[in-house]
Amino acid sequence: MLLEMLQSLPQVLIDGLALGAVYAVVALGYTMVYGILQLINFAHGEIFMTGAFIGTTFFILLMGMGWVSSVPQIFVLILVLIVTACLTGLLGMGIERVAYRPLRNAPRLIPLITAIGISFILQDVIRFIAELSSGNYIVTGPSLFTDQMTISFSSLSSIFNDASFKTSFLIVLVTAFILMISLDYFINRTKWGTAMRAVALDRETASLMSINVNKTISITFFIGSALGGATGVLFAVQYGTIDPFIGFILGMKAFIAAVLGGIGNIRGAMLGGILLGLLEMFASANLTLLTGGIFGAEYKDVFAFSILILVLIFKPEGLLGKPTAEKV
Amino acid sequence: MPILEVNNIETYYGGIQALKGISVYVNKGEIVTLIGSNGAGKSTTLKSISGLAKVKTGSILFKGKETMNKPVHETCLLGMAHVPEGRKIFSTLTVKENLLMGAFSVNNKQLIEERMEIVFGHFPILKKRLEQKGGTMSGGEQQMLAIGRALMMEPELLMLDEPSMGLAPIIVEQIFDIIKKLNQNGITILLVEQNAYQALNIAHRGYVIRNGEIVLSGKGSELIENIEIRDAYLA
Ligand SMILES: Nc1ncnc2c1ncn2[C@@H]1O[C@H](COP(=O)(O)OP(=O)(O)OP(=O)(O)O)[C@@H](O)[C@H]1O
Ligand SMILES: [Mg+2]
Repeated sequence: MLLEMLQSLPQVLIDGLALGAVYAVVALGYTMVYGILQLINFAHGEIFMTGAFIGTTFFILLMGMGWVSSVPQIFVLILVLIVTACLTGLLGMGIERVAYRPLRNAPRLIPLITAIGISFILQDVIRFIAELSSGNYIVTGPSLFTDQMTISFSSLSSIFNDASFKTSFLIVLVTAFILMISLDYFINRTKWGTAMRAVALDRETASLMSINVNKTISITFFIGSALGGATGVLFAVQYGTIDPFIGFILGMKAFIAAVLGGIGNIRGAMLGGILLGLLEMFASANLTLLTGGIFGAEYKDVFAFSILILVLIFKPEGLLGKPTAEKV
Repeated sequence: MPILEVNNIETYYGGIQALKGISVYVNKGEIVTLIGSNGAGKSTTLKSISGLAKVKTGSILFKGKETMNKPVHETCLLGMAHVPEGRKIFSTLTVKENLLMGAFSVNNKQLIEERMEIVFGHFPILKKRLEQKGGTMSGGEQQMLAIGRALMMEPELLMLDEPSMGLAPIIVEQIFDIIKKLNQNGITILLVEQNAYQALNIAHRGYVIRNGEIVLSGKGSELIENIEIRDAYLA
C-alpha cells in the first residue's frame, strides 16, 4: 500500500501544488481584508468567479480577433490577467466603498451579512449577463496551453511513477507563485505595505502618522480582489468551463485555508492554501486505497477537512496565527 | 501669536459630554501642560486637537488656520504630532518600520535618513534595536520609540499624552529631560500628565482640567504653589 502511495506521490505533489496555489492566492484576499477590517468578506469567492468570467470573455473576444492564434498564448494570458486583475480590483474597491464603509462602525454581524448579500448579487448579475449574451450561464472558453508534459520521476527512482499534466498546470502554478511572492514583497518591504500592516494593527494611531486609513483600506481591497480575479482567470484557463457558482465552493475552501494558516496572516494564508490543495489531492489519489475501497475519491473533502479540524483543535489560532491572548 | 488656540470646544462621546467648553492656547516655543485626574478630559482634549475625537462646537486654530474636525491624517501634515496615551507602538512592526511610519508623508529617502539620525541622537537605544519588534521593547523603550516616531514628522507642536505612565522614576526623569531638550531645540510642547509636579516643573504654563472644564491656569511655578491644585488634582 505504501508503495502504491509512493508511486503516485509525484503526481499528487504536482496536482496538489497547482490546486493549492489557487487556494492560496484566493485565501490571501480573505486574510488581507480580515486583517485590516476583521471582516470575513464572503463576496471574495464571487470576485474570483467574476474574474473567471471577465477573463474568459476577453479570451473569447481576443480569439474572435484572431489574437489567440497569431500571438504567443503567454502574452495573451498576461494581458488578460492584467486587465482582469485591474477590473476585479476596482470591483472589490467599489464594493468596499458602497457596501462596507458605511457599516464600518456597525456590529460585526451586519457587514458580514452584507457580504453574503453582495455575493448573491454578484452571482445573479453574472448569471444574468452570461445568459443574456450567450444563452447559457455555463461558459466555455478557448482551450489554451493544452500540451501534455511529463516529468520523468521514474528516472529519479524506480519507486515513483512519472507525473504528467497539461502545460496550463505549470502556468497556473508559476503565475500563482509569482503573485504570492510579489504580494509578500509588497506587504513586508514597501511603504504602503507597511502602512497596511499598521492600519491593521491600530487604525487610530496609523492615522496619527498621516496615513490615510480609508485609502489604505481601499488599496487592500483592490489588491485582494485583483489577486482573486487573476486567480479566476487561472482557474478558467485550467478547467475551460466555468459557471457563476464556482466561487462558492472555491471561496469556502480558500477561506478555510486562510483560517488554517491563521486568519489575518499573509504567509499563513499561502501555507494554508498549499497544504489544503496537497491534502485534497492526496486524498483524491489514495482514499480508496487507504480505506480498502469503503470511501472513494469523492470523499476527498471529508478527509481534507477532518485533518483541518484536527489542526484547529490543537492550534485554534491557525498554523502561523498568533494566540489571541498575545494580541495587544 | 499662539501656535495653537483652542476656543471653547465641546466634545461628546455619543451622549456623554467629555469636554464642556475647553479653552487652551499654546505659544510658539512653550511647554504647556494639561493636568488633571482620571477621566477629567485630558486625552479627549488632545484627541479633539488632532482630530481623533469629533468636536461639536468651538474652534481650533493651528498656526492661525481652522483645523477643527479635519481628517486626522491631514491635521498631522500641518506640523502637529500626537503621541497617544499608552504609546500605541505598532507591536508587530520593527522599530525601524515604526519610525518609518512616522515619516509616512515624506518621500525623500535622504530626508528620512537625516531625521532618523536626529531621533537616534535623542534615543541611542533605538539605533541598536532597529530590527526588534516594537511590541517586545520595554515600556520605557516603547515610550522613546513613540516619541521618536512622532519626531520623524518633524513637528512644530508635539503633543504628549502621559509619557510617564507606568515608568520607573529614573526613566520618567530621562523622558522629562528629553522633553526639555526637544523644547530647547525649538519644538513647542503640549504635555498631558497626571504626574503634576514633575510636569509643572518643566512647563512654562499649565492648565488644570476637571470634569471637562479648565478650573485653573497659570505659570508652572505659580500653579505648583497654588494649594488648589492639590485639591483639583487629588480630588
Ligand atoms: N471612547 C469613549 N467613549 C465613551 N466615553 C469616553 C471615551 N473616551 C473617553 N470617554 C469619557 O470621556 C471622559 C474623559 O476621558 P479622557 O480619556 O479624556 O480622560 P483623561 O483625563 O485622559 O483620563 P486619564 O488620566 O485616565 O487618561 C471620561 O469620562 C471618559 O469615560
Ligand atoms: Mg487620558
